Amino acid sequence: MKNHENHISSDTLNWTVLVILLILTTISILAIKMHLGAFTVALALILASIKVTIVLTYFMHLKFENSLLRIMVGGVFLLFAIVIAITFIDYYFR
Amino acid sequence: MSSTEHSEHIDSDTGKMGMWLFLFTELFLFGGLFIVYAVMRSKYAADFHHAALELNAFVGATNTVVLLVSSMTVAMSLTAIQQNRSGKAIGLILITLILAGVFMVNKYFEWGHKIGLHLYPGSDVMKTMPHGEIMFFGLYFMMTGLHAIHVIIGGILLTIVIRKIQSGKISSSHYLLQENAALYWHLVDLIWIFLFPLLYLIT
Repeated sequence: MKNHENHISSDTLNWTVLVILLILTTISILAIKMHLGAFTVALALILASIKVTIVLTYFMHLKFENSLLRIMVGGVFLLFAIVIAITFIDYYFR
Repeated sequence: MSSTEHSEHIDSDTGKMGMWLFLFTELFLFGGLFIVYAVMRSKYAADFHHAALELNAFVGATNTVVLLVSSMTVAMSLTAIQQNRSGKAIGLILITLILAGVFMVNKYFEWGHKIGLHLYPGSDVMKTMPHGEIMFFGLYFMMTGLHAIHVIIGGILLTIVIRKIQSGKISSSHYLLQENAALYWHLVDLIWIFLFPLLYLIT
């Protein structure tokens, strides 16, 4: 395993991440209140996914972790997406 | 001594990886509920629409902001301990605990209001409702309840972290427990990021 120094995130970075997350929350509330019909659910999920990615990358320090951990996390989210897709295929075509 | 230092470094890395593996199981615990929600929503779209109007988006939004800020304070406490500033680290975790308390008080009033309206699984009012609405409220109580249990566990973990910082067991050279507790707290935040739009915003 590669010998790496633990990264220390600055307070400025943490504040910046929080502000971005709050802006995205505001956007999702405003966008959903506009009643975009069929796109509402998709939009809400896309915005939530962006927020989750930001939390994983910066607050949970994945950006500064070794690549094995990043591949594991990516793989698990991919697996989860596949499970959801298969559930819906099964549900609609049975 | 170099071999000892080396093994300690590996321990810290594997300790963190173990925490991530545990977080994956948590993801699938909630993931199962999300799948049930998605399937039921597509099956009972009208009922879900009607039932979701009962939820107060303002309370949900307030709790979202509370959890996002608490996620930042816990990330900052890790920065503080890495910089050997244990006082600041304890202060930031205390703020996180206060925010967790605010979240739970909000939840208490929210659930109290629903239960006051007899909107809880198995109530006399609920029995007269369409099947889809019963599903929605069942999922609402299950998902937010399971999430609230995680908030309480996270709070207990962070309290233990404070004690260990005070006793010097967590320091700028040994902070794996704090790192893992912080990861757990961020997971609580991650789950809420999905719960909030799915339950409160989309109607």
